[in-house]
Amino acid sequence: MNCAESEILIHALIDGELDAGHARDIEAHVAACPACAEKLEAFRGLREAIAVANLKETAPASLRSRIEAALPRPAAPVIAPRKFARPSRRAFFGGFAAGAALSGALAASLVLTVFRNDERQIVADEVVSAHVRSLQAGHLMDVETSDQHTVKPWFNGKLDVAPPVIDLTAQGFTLLGGRLDYVDGEPVAAIVYQRRKHVINLFVAQRLGSRLGGTKSETIQGYNVRHWTEQGLDFWAVSDLATDELDEFARKVSAAVSAPPS
Amino acid sequence: MTDDANAEQDKARRFRDAALPYLDDVYTLARYLMRNAADAEDAVQECYLRALRHFDSYRGPAMKPWLLTILRNVCNAEFARRGKQEIPARIPADDNAANDSAAEDLPLWQEHAASAETALLRQEDGIAIRRLVADLPQQFREAIVLREVNELSYDEIAKLAGVPVGTVMSRLARARAMLRAAWHGAAGATPATPPKTTPEAAS
Repeated sequence: MNCAESEILIHALIDGELDAGHARDIEAHVAACPACAEKLEAFRGLREAIAVANLKETAPASLRSRIEAALPRPAAPVIAPRKFARPSRRAFFGGFAAGAALSGALAASLVLTVFRNDERQIVADEVVSAHVRSLQAGHLMDVETSDQHTVKPWFNGKLDVAPPVIDLTAQGFTLLGGRLDYVDGEPVAAIVYQRRKHVINLFVAQRLGSRLGGTKSETIQGYNVRHWTEQGLDFWAVSDLATDELDEFARKVSAAVSAPPS
Repeated sequence: MTDDANAEQDKARRFRDAALPYLDDVYTLARYLMRNAADAEDAVQECYLRALRHFDSYRGPAMKPWLLTILRNVCNAEFARRGKQEIPARIPADDNAANDSAAEDLPLWQEHAASAETALLRQEDGIAIRRLVADLPQQFREAIVLREVNELSYDEIAKLAGVPVGTVMSRLARARAMLRAAWHGAAGATPATPPKTTPEAAS
């Protein structure tokens, strides 16, 4: 090993790209060569400084929305009866134009309902996609802590709402942390819980899906989804947890959200 | 709904789940290659459209290097269209620094005395380093960003850039030597473009 070789190989060393044999060779050379030792130190320092400088940029939300919008909309899960329950908008307008005796107000409310059901379905699909994505990408949490008083302020300034972050450890749901996610092109809070080996993503945002109120449970792609509205916020809980346990989770969150802080 | 439409939407869903988590990685490389936010956004959008078109035939490599390869092709096509190698620098160095005009007058690097204002100094160092990286010639800038930010392996960088691994190693060595020299303000090693920054849209 000479200095010319070492010049190149010290980079492979600090990048962890050398096999053990070459790593030993270069370390032996560096131990005997003050000039190369100094370079190794300097480049390690440089690498650290680059890491601290954090060169990674965050894509603007508008770009994310534009890309999402360019993708074909996700299909509603194909369940035969829904075909009858959900007339297409074209068919509806067709009927309207044919002179069906509907008052304007009634017509408008029907259109709105169709819209809302569609919208809720799209959001439900997206929420499940976000859940799957969070499990796949090794990007479950941006802030990793079981302390609700750390998670809640973390969302400050990232969202236009303050999502409730509730510690349910005593009730068997461990708080893992929080994450900023995107659903339907909008930033939402994702609060991550765990029961046994099952991860629960609780998505919270304003206007996330529907303003119908009430609760709705369904199963999409094998994941259980529960949606409800409370205190002006939309809650979506998604997990591979069994329905009854997810319901229990939702009830506990709901109880804690509506109860005034003691 | 036809089967075709279903397949199309299923594909879109799989694509979204696989590709969107790397949006920040793709965008970062685009910022450093295209050197301004608007061009970077266009390149990223085009990259994702192309990736979706070719998603059916995608068999690897891993999603991240695949997307970055497409992004790089998009950028190179744009450079070729404009008939020059690259666009004059508008450096993505100051986005995180608010519009701190004082930052522009900083020397590129300075040895700091130990100080209680370490955090501030770190921030200034960060700005300086981002600017130094942004000022590297294209192929060295690309190598550094792929390695230090996108965290690709030498092998992945070599395949992406279509060069042997040895070339990747020497580019990284050159790039870091240039950074180190510029960092110490050594004469003759500063990049051709003087690090004059136009602040991007204030963030």
